Amino acid sequence: MIELKNVSYSYGGSDLLHEISLQLAPGSFHFLTGPSGAGKSTFLKLCYAELVPSSGDVALFGKSVRSMSRDDVAHTRRRIGVVHQNCQFLDHMPLDENVLMPLTVSNKDSEEEKQHLAELLDWVGLSDRAQSLPPSLSGGERQRAALARAVIMSPEIVLADEPTGNVDWDMSLRLLQLLTELNRLGKTVLVATHDLNLIRAAKSQVSARVLRIADCRLNYAGSDL
Amino acid sequence: MSGRGGLARLVMGDVNADRVVPPTGFTVRLTIFTSAVMAFLAVFAMALSISSGRVADRWSQALARTATVRISAPQEQMATQTAAALEALRQTAGIEQVRPLDSADHMNLLRPWFGDAVPIDALPLPQLIEVVVAENGFDAQALRLRLSAEAPGAVLDDHTRWRAPLVRAAERLRLLGIISVGLIAAASAAMIVLSANSALAANAQVISALRLIGARDTYIARAFVRRFTSRAFQGALIGAALATLGVALLPATDAAGSFLSGLGFQGVEWLLPLSVPPAAAIVAFWATRIAAFHVLRGMM
Repeated sequence: MIELKNVSYSYGGSDLLHEISLQLAPGSFHFLTGPSGAGKSTFLKLCYAELVPSSGDVALFGKSVRSMSRDDVAHTRRRIGVVHQNCQFLDHMPLDENVLMPLTVSNKDSEEEKQHLAELLDWVGLSDRAQSLPPSLSGGERQRAALARAVIMSPEIVLADEPTGNVDWDMSLRLLQLLTELNRLGKTVLVATHDLNLIRAAKSQVSARVLRIADCRLNYAGSDL
Repeated sequence: MSGRGGLARLVMGDVNADRVVPPTGFTVRLTIFTSAVMAFLAVFAMALSISSGRVADRWSQALARTATVRISAPQEQMATQTAAALEALRQTAGIEQVRPLDSADHMNLLRPWFGDAVPIDALPLPQLIEVVVAENGFDAQALRLRLSAEAPGAVLDDHTRWRAPLVRAAERLRLLGIISVGLIAAASAAMIVLSANSALAANAQVISALRLIGARDTYIARAFVRRFTSRAFQGALIGAALATLGVALLPATDAAGSFLSGLGFQGVEWLLPLSVPPAAAIVAFWATRIAAFHVLRGMM
């Protein structure tokens, strides 16, 4: 699904990531950890083609990002749900329309899909905030809304970049629960976080592999967390 | 998005695409205002160009269809040479009418300079003959040769030397009008590109969010294209309407005198201002489309 082959990424003349190789198998759950500034967000951006590697190659669903047209990138992103720490919403549109937006831009916003929206908002516990504008939402609500938006297209992969960065511990556990539920539904999940407690808490819910970025390289952290 | 398909979708409407761009009151008003001003100027430039062309044609036709024969001869030969010249003129193909000017005509010609107290009969004035020429014209060179033989004191003035500079001036005025319309269109396009670039920069976060969820460049560009095309059309509609009203309120020919004679639109020409708003919309469509795709190509 996502395959990185000897990927290096440089910025300003220095390597942020160096010769990283990884293959995310369908249905797997991975945590990506490492200190702040280690390159976790850069790694994730490579995984949804927001960045192109300086050397090596990233293949998304079997296709190299280097050979993708801009339309190919757009179509590929419809198969990958992304949740950011600082969720980007269209602040002038209500929450339900924001969550529905991936379907709208794909011309798939039929009545049937809108029914799905109601179920999804219920799943993330935001049914009563459907008409609220994003700036009025709390950090936890924004993260859950971003998760709902990320999965409304039924993507095969969900990438989350510090999804619990701006929320309290209870909300972190709630978000973790939602992500593990998605994994149980067969989604491939990759969560970048510096919060080791979250990873430890996940052990009882899901069989996850933990990756660690340090000194520009990617290693399996194993069970030493 | 092909250009034709994009335009069709624009006409058909795509409310969702439009709504993703946040409404921004100030730029809306600015774009509408600028478009209105450009349309206003464009309509006046059109009126100027069309009027110049019409004036050029009228001057050309009016002067081409008249000529003057001036006979300067000793008093005792004046009547003979005038008769000979009249006879030659009447026999010339392409001349419809000839009329020798009498004392009253001479008086009318001299009154503006000398007043009413001119002793016309005491002055050695040449005999003037007014010639009205048929549409196909006449052979001026042959007539000159014949007049030089039969009435040596007769000089034919077919107004060529007066007509040419007047027509040239009017033609250049018309060209200036056409160039002005082109420049206004180019300035409008530049203005729209600047506004669109500004809007795209101001909405970088919106664009980033849309790209993240899989929106194609076409979808994002369409949102901005539709917004700016709509604004340009609205502004141009207002500007063109005001300018048309302004042209209609120009002083009438009689009141304005000969210089302004015919300035404005006539007949079906009044429909021309209707072309300005759609033209402004087309310019805005392409300008925004080019600007949007240029900016989007710079983003991942």
